[in-house]
Amino acid sequence: MSGTLVLFWAFAGLALASALGCITRRSPVASALWLVVTLFALAALFVLLDAQFIAVLQLLVYAGAIMVLFLFVIMLLNLGHPGPMDVKGPVGVGTAFLLGGVLLFQLWILRQAAPPASIQLPPGSVARLQQEQGLVGAIAQPLFDTYLIPFEITSLLLLAALVGAVVLAKRRL
Amino acid sequence: MTFFLVSSIIKIIVVFTVIMVGVALLTLAERRICAWMQDRLGPNRVGPQGLFQPAADGLKNLLKEETLPAQADKVLFLLAPAMSFVPALLTFAVIPFATPLPTPWGDVDMVVANLPVGFLYILAFGSLGVYGIVLAGWASNNKYSLLGGLRASAQMISYEIAMGMSTVAVLLLAGNVTLSEVVARQAQSIWFVFPLSLAYFIFIVAAFAETNRLPFDLPEAEGELIAGYHTEYSAMKFSMFYIAEYSNMVTASALMTTLFFGGWDIPFTTWDNTPPWTVLKTVATLAAFCLKVSCFLFLYIWVRWTLPRFRYDQLMALGWKVMLPLALGYLTVIATALWILHAVLGWAYDTRFGLALFGLNVLLAIPLFFVLDRGHIVAGSMAGERA
Repeated sequence: MSGTLVLFWAFAGLALASALGCITRRSPVASALWLVVTLFALAALFVLLDAQFIAVLQLLVYAGAIMVLFLFVIMLLNLGHPGPMDVKGPVGVGTAFLLGGVLLFQLWILRQAAPPASIQLPPGSVARLQQEQGLVGAIAQPLFDTYLIPFEITSLLLLAALVGAVVLAKRRL
Repeated sequence: MTFFLVSSIIKIIVVFTVIMVGVALLTLAERRICAWMQDRLGPNRVGPQGLFQPAADGLKNLLKEETLPAQADKVLFLLAPAMSFVPALLTFAVIPFATPLPTPWGDVDMVVANLPVGFLYILAFGSLGVYGIVLAGWASNNKYSLLGGLRASAQMISYEIAMGMSTVAVLLLAGNVTLSEVVARQAQSIWFVFPLSLAYFIFIVAAFAETNRLPFDLPEAEGELIAGYHTEYSAMKFSMFYIAEYSNMVTASALMTTLFFGGWDIPFTTWDNTPPWTVLKTVATLAAFCLKVSCFLFLYIWVRWTLPRFRYDQLMALGWKVMLPLALGYLTVIATALWILHAVLGWAYDTRFGLALFGLNVLLAIPLFFVLDRGHIVAGSMAGERA
């Protein structure tokens, strides 16, 4: 097994284990921390895919900012201690298993399918692109060129959500 | 491959050791300088000029009793001190500290990991340092600790934005996110502190807030919160928070050096930044880097023993109402100026380019400092002269 493959399995395992930890812990703080570990493992997987830029952004935005805000809110509202069991009886458990089964089935179908030829890149093209434009340029160029309008629409949506949250939370400014 | 692994491992061990010893000496420097500023002697009994004081303190901290509060979350309580100082050390990995060292097996880059996204890596790991403090505050199960942790998270997030924005200006000028390229750009022409003086001003204020040093050490604020997030900690765990604070200072100083003061560059000569690389060049540039970092460390200590602490609302108001709009506005101005100089006038980046931007910065700085000052120091001293 090559070194990359060993690292892949190690981080994939870590991502799965910590994701399980995130959804099974009773205490919100422990859950949030397991989620941070998951984000770390995912960032490592991005690095293995030669996408260092996305890996770093993942850490910067999710682990560094959003999860800190999560922790902040948990601590501010003093939710840090485990609450009562919130699984709603046999119907809830049954539905959960059903939905989980559907998800597994979908993943299994996905595993059978080969990726369409239109999204497969010729070998070495990513490396060449990064050589030409740099790691950041290879992402920034299409983002602010080809996809400028969708990008701006997304930022407007986020801004609207932000203004909405402020209006809802603070009636009298 | 083997050579890369071996040289990397050696670099990791050497850099780690140097930072740890540096941190130990820094605690002594802080106490001696503080004593000097307050006209007393400071610790000077253990070894010549008190040089072995950090070792004595370390030994004392190892032997003292470890306490664990009854209602504390045990795992997180133990984990928090480590989590606060690991990011500070990891950040140092991408900072270039000298010119490449020639060895019989090839040149060795004097940086632990020359990442292509080095700069963003620093921002990412810089933002993780807050976890240690927040978790220490929460896991202690003490209301003062919790308040300290809450303050730390709010403060770090607020100032991170201003810090990131101020460094975007550096990236615009360098045209690259690799730190060795940023240093090379400055070595060829002029240090970025001149063309980007205001960005440096924003960065240094944000860096003081990010490292929780006075005048922004609200998370511990002993006057109101006892000792904030580390109230419940004792012995070596308490000491770890101090190690974390000082490692953060070292990293922040190294960052200021790298981003704004030319990194390992020796000014007024191009001898040091052109191949062939020699051992002498490596040593000389390393000395230049260490000297610059020490200056900033001294600045940290100097400011700590000079300025009183801010009030919490003042800190937040400064972050969101002054630093953030300032950084954003400055970024717009700099981007426009760069576009005019590059695209309209067709200048390449050289000393003339840097000096033109420096002129712009001076023009912007004069009204800015009059507004920020609000008639306290600049106008106040003028009024004093008239009287």
